[in-house]
Parts: sequence; C-alpha cells; structure tokens
Amino acid sequence: MSKAPNSKEWPLWEVFVRAKNGLSHRHAGSVHAADSKMALEAARDTYTRRMEGVSLWVVPSNAITASDPRDADELFAPAEDKIYRHPSFYVIPEGIKNI
Amino acid sequence: MYTTELDKQQKSAAPIAEDPEKLARFEARVAADDFIEPNDWMPEAYRKTLVRQISQHAHSEIVGMLPEGNWITRAPSLRRKAVLLAKVQDEGGHGLYLYCAAETLGTSREEMIEALHSGRAKYSTIFNYPTLTWADIGAIGWLVDGAAIMNQVPLQRTSYGPYARAMVRICKEESFHQRQGFEIMMVLAKGSAAQKRMAQDALNRWWWPSLMMFGPPDDNSPNSAQSMRWRIKRETNDQIRQRFVDATVPQAEAIGLTVPDPALKWNEERGAYDFGEIDWAEFYAVVKGEGAVAKERVAARVKAWEDGKWVRDAAQAHATKHSMKAAAE
Repeated sequence: MSKAPNSKEWPLWEVFVRAKNGLSHRHAGSVHAADSKMALEAARDTYTRRMEGVSLWVVPSNAITASDPRDADELFAPAEDKIYRHPSFYVIPEGIKNI
Repeated sequence: MYTTELDKQQKSAAPIAEDPEKLARFEARVAADDFIEPNDWMPEAYRKTLVRQISQHAHSEIVGMLPEGNWITRAPSLRRKAVLLAKVQDEGGHGLYLYCAAETLGTSREEMIEALHSGRAKYSTIFNYPTLTWADIGAIGWLVDGAAIMNQVPLQRTSYGPYARAMVRICKEESFHQRQGFEIMMVLAKGSAAQKRMAQDALNRWWWPSLMMFGPPDDNSPNSAQSMRWRIKRETNDQIRQRFVDATVPQAEAIGLTVPDPALKWNEERGAYDFGEIDWAEFYAVVKGEGAVAKERVAARVKAWEDGKWVRDAAQAHATKHSMKAAAE
C-alpha cells in the first residue's frame, strides 16, 4: 500500500484455501513472493500446516478490484426493503404441507 | 503479551483533528461490536495504535523463534525435536499472519523489518531472557505461551477485522504449544531429583517475566483506556494477569512444583490468588533493551536476513527472467 517506488519488496498475493472437495476456496490471508510458484509454496507453509486444505489459489493482490465501503449503502441497502425475496414473507395457512 | 504498549511516547504528537461526524459514526460502530475493515474510515490514532500493536506482536513472534531455536539441535528425543520444530515453525507463521494484518493498515513489510533490525521497534520483553536448560523450553511453552493465550483469546474479538482473524488462527494453534510445554515440565518433575530441580529452576526464572508479559498495572497504563474504548483491547492488563495466575498455580501444584512467590495465597473472599509485587524496574530495563540477550536477539535476526539475501536475490532474478520471457512470447 505505502510501497516506496524504489521498493524491492516482493508483490503481495492473496491466498485462498479449499478446505475439502465440495467446498469453495476461501480467503485465508496473504503472502509476499517473487512469483506465483513461490507464492504457492509460501501459502502452503503459512496456511496449511494442519491439513487445512486440499487446494490453493494465489492471486496477485493488485489484481483484485474491491467495492468501496463508502458505496456500501448504494450497493447493498436497496436489498433491505425487498423482504419479499425471502420465503418467510409469505404466510401459508396451517395445515398446508410440503411448501 | 505481545500486545502491551511497549514504547510510550515521550511527548504526544499534536492530536489530529478528525471529522466529528465520521468519528461519531466510527465510535458507534465500534461500540456496537461491529468490525472495522481495511478500507473503512478510521481515526488516525486508531490506525497508528493498531500498526504499533500488531507490528510489535509480529516482531515478538519472529524474535520468539530464537530462544527456542537454541534447543532444536539438543532436544532430548526425536519426538521432542519434531514437536519443537513444529512449534518454532508456527511462531514464524504467526509472525507472518500479523505482518499481513499490519500491512492492511498501510505500513509495508520492509518498513516493519527495518524497524526491528534497527532496534527502533519493540517486541515482548520475555524473549530477552536466555534459555539455559532444556526445562526452559518446557517453561516457555507452559508459561509464556500460556500467558499468550490468556492475552490473545479476548483479542479474537478485537475491533479490527484482519487482526481479529489472525488471532483466531493463532489461538487455535497456540494451545498445542502450551500443552507440549506443560508435558515437558510434567515429565521432568516426575523424573530424577536433578531433573525435578531443573524444572523448578526454570519455573523460578520464568514465573515473574511471564507475569510481566501482561504489561504495566492498569493504573500505570496510560493508553489502555483509549484502547479499551476502541475495543482494540478487550480486557485490562491486571484482569488478564489475574486470570493467568489463577489458572497456572493449580497446574504447578498438580505436578509438584512451587511457584516462586512467598506472598502467593488463595483469597477466599475474592475467589482468586493474591500474589506478590512485580519488579517493574526490571520490566522497564528489559523494555529498554537491557535484557540479558537483547543485543544477541536483534543481531541474530539481522544475520538471518543478510545471510538469506542471496536466496531473495536469486528468486527475484528468476521471477524477472521468466516475466520477461513471458512478455516476449
């Protein structure tokens, strides 16, 4: 983030771990590495020392585009008044089954 | 441990005028136990306190590998050696989780490493004590990691998301550290007279430094109130210290070791142990770098960094060559 222009620091990679087949990869943290192969090796040593995963993704951190927290209302608030998207919005009389 | 304010600012910098509306919204969120995430607005003082606390914590994990690393080649059995290697590797991992968390606040890894190597950055005073015997490895796991757990468990709910998440991982892993240490002490305490003496001697030397790990008493911890309000800290130094004493004394008794404090006494009324005065002059001397092996610790870190330079250079050269090749294709 505050990397000096002449910095020799290795790029940052975000690490995603799949805990087991059937589950999606989940963000675990990040590592610094010179290239993707090294990032995978560092991620393996840093985030899977206790069988936490069966598969790893590493993604250059600067390749991620994130939404701005200041836009959170604009992006997510409109969903708040659309409770009719949830099944609990609909009242089904007692005695009606399998719905 | 690791999380107490070690460098007290001599003069407090001019307070930054924050937008009162943003500040109020921030404080309301924190008070409602909401987590603050990297790109959220936060007061400068909050950011600074966190960078200082998280980086000190990270440095402590990294420097903490040294006293134990000292015994890897001399572990008394292959089992003990495998366990100690795994523990030391965990400490390295903990340092990395925490450096990453600090980086999300806008500091860089190289700035933090530079601060550690130049001696500007502080780390837990506990690691400036030497590990003289094998029993010290037991005492460190049992007491030092035990104290770390006490301190870190409430931090899983600290208000800064990346720090809280790092703490969740660390706490999960730390419990093995404490148990393996206790097991070492237990076996020594059941062994020959000489082995039991060695265990008692280690407890004698590590007990008080472990109590100091929780930081200065509450009435002399000027930054605590602000950190509590911002939920960076969730409990006071004295509260956590008391909990540690109450948990640890019966463990020592169970394995036939004596806590080296003549004032230690169960207080029925409080439902807690009363214990003796801590020598804070010693604590502040060690914070200032007057611990037995303070210079050795930083020198060992600098040497490791410099000795590893050719590996970093080679990895960088390899990556550059391959990215150029890929660009040419």
